[in-house]
Amino acid sequence: MARPMDTLYRWLTQIKLNKSPRLWAGFAIPGTVWLIVLFAIPFYAVACVAFGTIDPVFRDAVPQWNPLSWNFVQAQQIFTSLATGPLQGVAIRTVVYVVCAMSLSFVIGFPIAYFLARHAGKRKILLLVLIIVPFWVNYLMRMLAWVNLLSVDGLFTRFMRIFGVNYNWLDGSPITVILGLVYGYIPFLILPLYATLERLDWRLVDAARDLGANSRQAFRLVTLPMSKAGLVAAGILIALPMFGDYYTNDLLSRSPSTEMIGNQIDFFLNASSQPQNGALLVLALSLFLLLFMSFYLRSTRQQTRQVTR
Amino acid sequence: MAHATNHRNLSLKFLIWGYIIWSLVPVLIAVIYSFNDGRSRTVWQGFSLRWWITDPYASIFRNDETRNAISNSLVLAFATILVVTPLGIALAIGSQRIRGRSANFVQGLTSTPLITPEIVVGAALLLTFTRLFTAVPLGFVAQLLGNVTFSLASVVVIVRARLVSIGASFEEAARDLGATRWQALRFVLLPMLWPSVMASLVVVFATVIDDFVITSFLSAGVSSETVPLRIYSSVRGGATPALNALATLLVLTSFAVLIIGLFGLSTWRKRHGERGGLRAALADVTQINS
Repeated sequence: MARPMDTLYRWLTQIKLNKSPRLWAGFAIPGTVWLIVLFAIPFYAVACVAFGTIDPVFRDAVPQWNPLSWNFVQAQQIFTSLATGPLQGVAIRTVVYVVCAMSLSFVIGFPIAYFLARHAGKRKILLLVLIIVPFWVNYLMRMLAWVNLLSVDGLFTRFMRIFGVNYNWLDGSPITVILGLVYGYIPFLILPLYATLERLDWRLVDAARDLGANSRQAFRLVTLPMSKAGLVAAGILIALPMFGDYYTNDLLSRSPSTEMIGNQIDFFLNASSQPQNGALLVLALSLFLLLFMSFYLRSTRQQTRQVTR
Repeated sequence: MAHATNHRNLSLKFLIWGYIIWSLVPVLIAVIYSFNDGRSRTVWQGFSLRWWITDPYASIFRNDETRNAISNSLVLAFATILVVTPLGIALAIGSQRIRGRSANFVQGLTSTPLITPEIVVGAALLLTFTRLFTAVPLGFVAQLLGNVTFSLASVVVIVRARLVSIGASFEEAARDLGATRWQALRFVLLPMLWPSVMASLVVVFATVIDDFVITSFLSAGVSSETVPLRIYSSVRGGATPALNALATLLVLTSFAVLIIGLFGLSTWRKRHGERGGLRAALADVTQINS
């Protein structure tokens, strides 16, 4: 343990050397150490469990703390399984559900954010408050509300029966899961979208209209390019939690036929004790999401830089 | 032309009100059914308070397990606030002011937890507490550490936004008038940070009290069961409307805290001559300017 502590110490003292008064470094240190110990190191622990071994007697995962002796046998198996084997369905379903839910959220959320930013008029604050309300309603409560409505004698099921629709909503229906994801995460899309559109310089759109563009052209050639970065960031912001979601699925479907990668992680780590497989899936998910996360962090950093200047 | 625009606005208006109804009415129905007289969560059998207070065993305020969950939730939320607020304020100030490579590192480290899916944080901490930091037992302590880690970033974001809007001039003025760096911080900057501190309290309280994933990964059974865990485990069973009552209580609690926070924020602003009132208070809490 001596060497990592040395590096840590050297790194921490370096903060002071970087021309900043010690006071400010002293302020940053407790929080930084907290995040290193309880956020960065846990990721390392995940890798050590993922690339460790299985105890032959107790079948428990034995982490391998030395990266040089990591063993990749199980990793290979899990990754093959995700690509072509039994977990392939889970991988495909995760991507398809998230893509469907995202697209639907944009189709519903964009016009709402657009209206709020441009045409809401006097009612704007009221509308904004009503749109913020779901933020403060517990996620489980919102799912519980739909479980009640969609159960066999629920209000919505009974209502649909009038039209001759007799559908078992809560028993492994992909439609319910996707709509559940939309319902759960769309507030987190609408607000950032609204913030982006609100900041746009709409005079440029008006100028395009004055110069003869029709509304569709103005939208495609001016509004969209100007707001693209914000749209992508907002999309990533809801895609990330959707990829890691398992509770929506668990509450609205509970069937293996709709399982996503989060459900598998939950299963490996909590239901059956297969921590190594769980750790490997966490690792796979994190690597996959790293792409989106770094993109998001870069774009927000650029934004804050523009603001602070 | 004008006619076409009006037409489109009208359909947008329909869409937005439709969305609001869709997003709120199911929840309202669930709230209403918490007052159902029967055992069903789906068929109305008349009004009663039995699931709230009158039933001696099943009502949420009299059932031992539910009361235990409520107190666990509150203790966890307050403990998290106690730890995360000073830690977050200090980190926000420090990370805004250090420069160079370490600044980039600290900034990356503080903003990553905000966008990491909770299941990843929860799973990583579970594996860490069961295999590396084995001195930390699963249950309250682990849940506390996990929730602090997850909500630290939101405190930093809120406080930093305030720091940016305050700017450096007040502190510089204090320094010119002979204050030390520490005095300028203590007597000039910190009092001005108050709205962001209040906003962080509200946001952290709501996050922790609502948190399901991390708290569930790090729980140690009934002794550390919180309200969301209790709701989660009974949604798909044959639970009575007591479940709706418990979920309603959770929602009411976060709204109460939100409203107190907004009220406090707008009063503070009024008293200190800052403009904006409720609108600015809302922006403090949501980090979205309207």
